[in-house]
Amino acid sequence: MAFEGLADRLQGTIQRIKGKGKVTEQDVKEMTREVRLALLEADVNFKVVKDFVKRIRERAIGQEVMESLTPGQQVIKVVRDELTELMGGEQSKIAVADRPPTVIMMVGLQGAGKTTTTGKLANLLRKKYNRNPMLVAADVYRPAAINQLETLGKQLNMPVFSLGTEANPVDIANQAIEKAKEDHQDYVIIDTAGRLHVDNDLMDELQQIKANVQPDEIFLVVDAMTGQDAVNVAESFNEQLEVSGVVLTKLDGDTRGGAALSIKAVTDKPIKFAGMGEKLDELEAFHPERMASRILGMGDVLSLIEKAQDTVDENKAKELEEKMRSATFTFDDFLEQMGQVRNMGPLEDIIGMLPGANKMKGLKNVQFDEKQLSHVEAIIQSMTKQERQDPSIMNASRKKRIAKGSGRNVSEVNRLLKQFEEMKKMMKQMSNMPKGKKGKGMKFPFM
Amino acid sequence: MSFFKKLKEKFSGDETKQETQSDKYKEGLSKTRSSFSGKINDLVARYRKVDEDFFEDLEEILISADVGVATVMDLIDELKMEVKRRNIKDSKEVKEVISEKLVDIYYGEEAEDVEQLNLNQNGLSVILFVGVNGVGKTTTIGKMAHQLKEEGKKVVMAAGDTFRAGAIEQLDVWGERVGVEVIKHNAGSDPAAVIFDGIQAARSRGADVLLCDTAGRLQNKVNLMNELSKVKKVISREIPEAPHEVLLVLDATTGQNAMSQAKTFSEATDVSGIVLTKLDGTAKGGIVLAIRNEMSIPVKYVGLGEKVTDLQAFDAHAFVYGLFADMMEEDTP
Repeated sequence: MAFEGLADRLQGTIQRIKGKGKVTEQDVKEMTREVRLALLEADVNFKVVKDFVKRIRERAIGQEVMESLTPGQQVIKVVRDELTELMGGEQSKIAVADRPPTVIMMVGLQGAGKTTTTGKLANLLRKKYNRNPMLVAADVYRPAAINQLETLGKQLNMPVFSLGTEANPVDIANQAIEKAKEDHQDYVIIDTAGRLHVDNDLMDELQQIKANVQPDEIFLVVDAMTGQDAVNVAESFNEQLEVSGVVLTKLDGDTRGGAALSIKAVTDKPIKFAGMGEKLDELEAFHPERMASRILGMGDVLSLIEKAQDTVDENKAKELEEKMRSATFTFDDFLEQMGQVRNMGPLEDIIGMLPGANKMKGLKNVQFDEKQLSHVEAIIQSMTKQERQDPSIMNASRKKRIAKGSGRNVSEVNRLLKQFEEMKKMMKQMSNMPKGKKGKGMKFPFM
Repeated sequence: MSFFKKLKEKFSGDETKQETQSDKYKEGLSKTRSSFSGKINDLVARYRKVDEDFFEDLEEILISADVGVATVMDLIDELKMEVKRRNIKDSKEVKEVISEKLVDIYYGEEAEDVEQLNLNQNGLSVILFVGVNGVGKTTTIGKMAHQLKEEGKKVVMAAGDTFRAGAIEQLDVWGERVGVEVIKHNAGSDPAAVIFDGIQAARSRGADVLLCDTAGRLQNKVNLMNELSKVKKVISREIPEAPHEVLLVLDATTGQNAMSQAKTFSEATDVSGIVLTKLDGTAKGGIVLAIRNEMSIPVKYVGLGEKVTDLQAFDAHAFVYGLFADMMEEDTP
């Protein structure tokens, strides 16, 4: 999960300082040193780190902390506030031109993920904003770049404008906009070729395109794994083109993503979206304050709830709760519940959003094997209806049949049955608890 | 003999081929060099004395080159000790110690020919390219195919990136450009099967080298890394001593995550060398120092530009020369 290392690193120090009744200057010094190292290891630019640490130090030994009743907590609040501040407010809105089409230009280094992001952004515009985007293939340099965009267009069933590799990118952009007007496409997304920010000729070309099409948005696409150089790249692109926002890609990797912090700090341009996966619907609005929480290991409950709302049917959830209470929970319910959880995305992402989850033993750095879930599904699906409703009828020959049907072995079937029984027992205990005291008994160990 | 003189000798005494190569490095690394050693010169000029502030600044310079916090810390500690031992007070003298230490990390204990590509001299050599998305795998393969062909070798390429839109076509264009056959399946097919066919085709055509492209993948995607292990297994099953090289392609702009890439890709495919791409920008690629230091994976090639000829065999001497050229010119009166 992104940023995990940074969260880990900070948590150790925070734990030490958290319970303290009195925070000394020495404590603060120690903490800021850890914060500095953590941020540097996360690829945050060293100049940005310097400023950041200085601000924290000033505030942490200032009055608001010293006079607070819980100085330890207060220090953490300072770090979190500053981190959120550093990443900027939430600004995932996309401009709308007074007179359509709205023109968006995608720029960035080679391999940052411009073409893929172009496809994802178009998909988002259509799904979330009900727009009709047209994609423009203005990368005439990289072999098959046009082909890549055309393939994406086909997958999305969207028009792609191209004039082949012989045409001038400025002409391509100009003609594309004419075509969009004719066809009543309300968004035009121009995919430009990747280039180095120090390549004057190619940067000139971008400036020309910009002067010609007067884009409403210029998105700088940046690889979340970029190191210290992120600052140079972002500064340079911004100086020459005055970008309007940043899209961070490959944030689903295990990078700590310090580039995000650096870019925001040096350009003061908002990070609007983040690429969270290889599929075309995996572009998400960037939430700075949630990300700050995540870095500090405070969890991202908001995203989790939103995800659940998106995928879980509320009525079904209520029904399920009722079943849990009355302990009439069957394998069919289990299967359905599993399906819903899986719809929410990869399990490790979900776990990562739970507060304190990365502190839990056993959960840290666990790679959930989605295959394991498929095996469980297969076993349940090999049961008869009767068996799913009432597992107590299970005997050796039934188990053997199920094992054969699902391609697993009998011991795995046994394990699942045992786990299911234990789960039911636990549900019974929970529903037997007096309602008033519910909170106490159900408290998770990590909360 | 001082470090700079040694290097200088290496470059002035040798034949012209090396001259031109070092020129290429100089050109490609000019931005890197001017910012990096320029900074060290600044530092040296600013500080008369070698004190805590001096080391703190030096630390920042190295960190800004993406060398990596842990490696930098080690290096600074060693430097401090060295300075104490030799009783160095003047910052100018430290300059030399700095470069000596950096070169130490580059060369390590190993022989200097680790940069050589390991090729099977009589028979088929298989080279597998791996890496995260967007580092330049396909481009590197295209460039390498051109070079190997120039050397008179018969080359076949296998389009193992069946996932990304347009990847097969991209390799196809390279195939046409450099006149090398590309073995491909449809998009979405099993990459291991494509590589398998690649091996069969390379054998029946009597090829010398098979270059295998794979789809970019983030190293924390377990399933995709397993897929890569499978591809490697298929190659080894067909030719026991293959793949002769597994080259991890790294983007020079990548920060500390490159270490994680090196580790995880090594676990999955036993990486034998690194291709460091996009070194013609302002990024310094300093993380290869840390990777070399911690995992002793050598850099074999560097990408210094977009032209077919801009892929250069890595030469640690030339690389270091490029980094320290300013300092060296200043050193000799």
